[in-house]
Amino acid sequence: MSWEPVIGIEVHVELATESKMFCGCAVEFGAEPNTNICPVCLGLPGALPVTNRRAIEWIMAIGLALDCEVTERSVFHRKNYFYADLPKNYQISQFDVPVCHDGFLDVVVDGTIRRVGIERAHMEEDTGKSTHVGVGGRIHAAESTLLDFNRSGTPLVEIVSRPDIRSAVEARAYAQELRALVSELGVSDARLEEGSIRFDANVSVRPVGQTVLGVKVEIKNMNSFRSLERAVDFEIARQIEVLEGGGTVVQETRHWDEEAGVTHSMRTKEGSSDYRYFTEPDLVPMVLDRSWVEEVRAGLPELPARRRERYVAAGLDEGLATVLSQSPAALRAVFDEAVAAGAPARPAANWLTGEVTAWVRREEADPASVGLTGEQLAELVAMVEEGSVSSSAAKEVLEGVLAGEGNPGEVAVSRDLVQISDTSALASVVEEVIGDNPDAVESYRSGESKVVGFLVGQVMRATQGKADPKLVNQLLTEKLSG
Amino acid sequence: MSIPNLTVVEAGELLRSGEISAVELLDAVLDRAHRTEAQLHAYLTIDREGAHAAAAEADSEMAAGDDRGPLHGIPVALKDNMCTRGVETTAASQILAGYRPPYDATVVAKLRAAGAVIVGKTNLDEFAMGSSTENSAYGSSYNPWDISRVPGGSSGGSAAAVAAGSALVALGSDTGGSIRQPAALTGIVGLKPTYGTVSRYGLIAFASSLDQIGPLSHSVTDAALTLGVIWGHDPRDATSYAGEYPDLTADLDEGVAGMRIGVVTELSGEGYEPAVEQAVSAMVGRLGDAGAEVVELSLPTFDIALSAYYLIAPAEASANLARFDGIRYGHRAPGASTEALMARTRAEGFGPEVTRRVLLGTYALSAGYYDAFYGQAQKVRAAIRDDFARAYSQVDALVSPTSPTVAFRAGDRVDDPLSMYLSDICTIPSNLSGDPAISVPIGLDDQGLPIGFQVMAPALGEPTMFRVAAEVERLAGFTARPEPAEVAR
Repeated sequence: MSWEPVIGIEVHVELATESKMFCGCAVEFGAEPNTNICPVCLGLPGALPVTNRRAIEWIMAIGLALDCEVTERSVFHRKNYFYADLPKNYQISQFDVPVCHDGFLDVVVDGTIRRVGIERAHMEEDTGKSTHVGVGGRIHAAESTLLDFNRSGTPLVEIVSRPDIRSAVEARAYAQELRALVSELGVSDARLEEGSIRFDANVSVRPVGQTVLGVKVEIKNMNSFRSLERAVDFEIARQIEVLEGGGTVVQETRHWDEEAGVTHSMRTKEGSSDYRYFTEPDLVPMVLDRSWVEEVRAGLPELPARRRERYVAAGLDEGLATVLSQSPAALRAVFDEAVAAGAPARPAANWLTGEVTAWVRREEADPASVGLTGEQLAELVAMVEEGSVSSSAAKEVLEGVLAGEGNPGEVAVSRDLVQISDTSALASVVEEVIGDNPDAVESYRSGESKVVGFLVGQVMRATQGKADPKLVNQLLTEKLSG
Repeated sequence: MSIPNLTVVEAGELLRSGEISAVELLDAVLDRAHRTEAQLHAYLTIDREGAHAAAAEADSEMAAGDDRGPLHGIPVALKDNMCTRGVETTAASQILAGYRPPYDATVVAKLRAAGAVIVGKTNLDEFAMGSSTENSAYGSSYNPWDISRVPGGSSGGSAAAVAAGSALVALGSDTGGSIRQPAALTGIVGLKPTYGTVSRYGLIAFASSLDQIGPLSHSVTDAALTLGVIWGHDPRDATSYAGEYPDLTADLDEGVAGMRIGVVTELSGEGYEPAVEQAVSAMVGRLGDAGAEVVELSLPTFDIALSAYYLIAPAEASANLARFDGIRYGHRAPGASTEALMARTRAEGFGPEVTRRVLLGTYALSAGYYDAFYGQAQKVRAAIRDDFARAYSQVDALVSPTSPTVAFRAGDRVDDPLSMYLSDICTIPSNLSGDPAISVPIGLDDQGLPIGFQVMAPALGEPTMFRVAAEVERLAGFTARPEPAEVAR
């Protein structure tokens, strides 16, 4: 029996607005507990919500970046359930008229582009944070629970994909692409480790060829992209095993246990999912007129899909275009500058996504403060192309430029890395080496062409490594053959 | 001249002429309260210190020429569902026993800015759910006209205080008639303004789409002046009206000549006491004599308004009262789990009527029942709005009794919730439509109990409403006051 996994991802994105969704409290990660609170986000008697306009603008931006339709008249609903970190014991959310709907996100997986449908993106408020004190930090064994309402009321965008994803690898790629997009729009810190972006997966399997969906299971508590992939993989396997054993998959929510590498069933009470949605009477409907929508659209930065297309058109392959597209904006800007300064696209992109990115990571530097201009990159590429530095020396030159030592040409000279590519200069050294190594020459002439490597090495030694090895090889081969 | 029996306008004149100081005014009012509270129990909290400080400040401000308007130095009572910073606010519930809000409701801030002297917090039906103030978790309030009878509800405490003279004016809240009905039963003026014109920020919510704060007073002019102080756009309330607010007192003395007035036919007949119907009918006749064109109008949706209300209000209330869970403030019962803690807290903290309505509201919103109950009620509400719109295309104002009966005896209706709900049959329609309405006292029945006359007007039609109300007041010439009951209970 061949099984097809069917996966949908639900993403919660905390918006990095200055103030909360329905009150003026600051949105601030890591503040002292219960310091960014007020009657509204604490659910005090008599408090009322007022919609944060900036948050609405930003959810529209997210929706437009995902090619969604923006609803003309959108409404908030109360989602009613009791929980200690939900101050009003209802969450102001959206039910049937979300701000955005019917879009898509293109994701590159193994070199191919897969389109994942976006069902909706809606606006809601985040809850407070519960810290369970006791063994394991989970509610079952807790002796007490600490409640911090700093997060309560933070604007939260929930993005729901269609069940178009077909593998754990694809799920991960979708999550990463969405995170990059949201981060690039500037609407969220989108840090998994801080909880400003959170992923839940809905996983089901069905026999290949069947159109009816299998029973879906919701997976929560995946705190890294890797654990997302592992969890989805595990769940697919688990469900297949259940079904192949003749059992049925139970529709439930399961908790990913990173340490054990398994999903656990979460004991949820029956009937707890009737949220008794009704229109929020404390807020008026939002009119998202078309001129506002166009204003938001006009303010969007270049989106990853367009950018990727542009890179491919410039001569990069799909894979390199994707990697570059996902690179920090500052580095992409260097690429554009370099190409404008005449550099060929592929080497420029390779330098940026390779050595420069590695340097940034090593130095834990801020990409925006990287001291490399497009012109300098273009110069470096040209130098390698014309052979004035070897490719290994070029890496050192780059380091020097990044360290602020000057332009590539200057650095090559000051660090004595200029490659000798002058044929006449090298010819004499080649002659000398041939003269000094008659046995090697003899070996070569009797068919051991590999020995030329040794001779190249000798020339390199004689020139303190500054000879252009390709040229040396060429000259040696000529001399030995001729 | 009995100082506690002064109107706001009269007191204001004496304050400005220097014949009386704000402190003296306050002391007279506090003395009246002292003498009557044992019988009436209008107040839950009297803030002597805060009131004296405010009165003293009003005196020095006035002396320095700083005149803050009609409520400057005037003793005002507040229904205890309005948040007052640092002063216990209970909504007459055990679940908020000892709760001191860290902020003032917007209307409270406005009163303070207007130099009003806040005497204290008055009794109400728990969470404003009721029509007699018998649902208070802190004991009932009684009617100054007959202390064996209810003052009406849910703003019964505010009504009793004003009627007795232990405040010159008070604020109440009206969700289904909770200002107008007690005003009618205690022989004073009470009004519900256009929905959205008075901020709900700081009003402990009962039904968000219906609640409105309004004044209770001894005269139409007092009510208009008070409304002028408390109304206005509030950015903290997203349902607050942001357009232009009309001039409230411009047409007050214009009279009704040339106006078209509609008598609602549905608001009469079975269940209406003959004395009430006769008094209202007589007043309608006099309005006609005074130059108004009077017609009878049928608004058929009024017959289903009560049912729609008793689905919408409890539904919204069930969500609004969910926050009372013992976690962050108020009463907290012990529990082995969070769920047990919450359940026990609410079981202990909520009274029977509140429990009834929360359950009813939760049920009306449940999966499978939403369409039949809450969904349907909203459709009825839309139909009621249409009915009003049709009526106002034919008349300028609508009139009716405020309450089908005069004040009933304490204990008479507590065991029959539905009979209690029928008290609001005249007042509920304008809560559902969001339009303004006022009750004006027009006389006493032969038991000596007050009868109230209701005037309704279209949205933002307060000037029209006041104009008719002022004429009713003039025609009625009702100036009687209850004898201050000084008999110890």
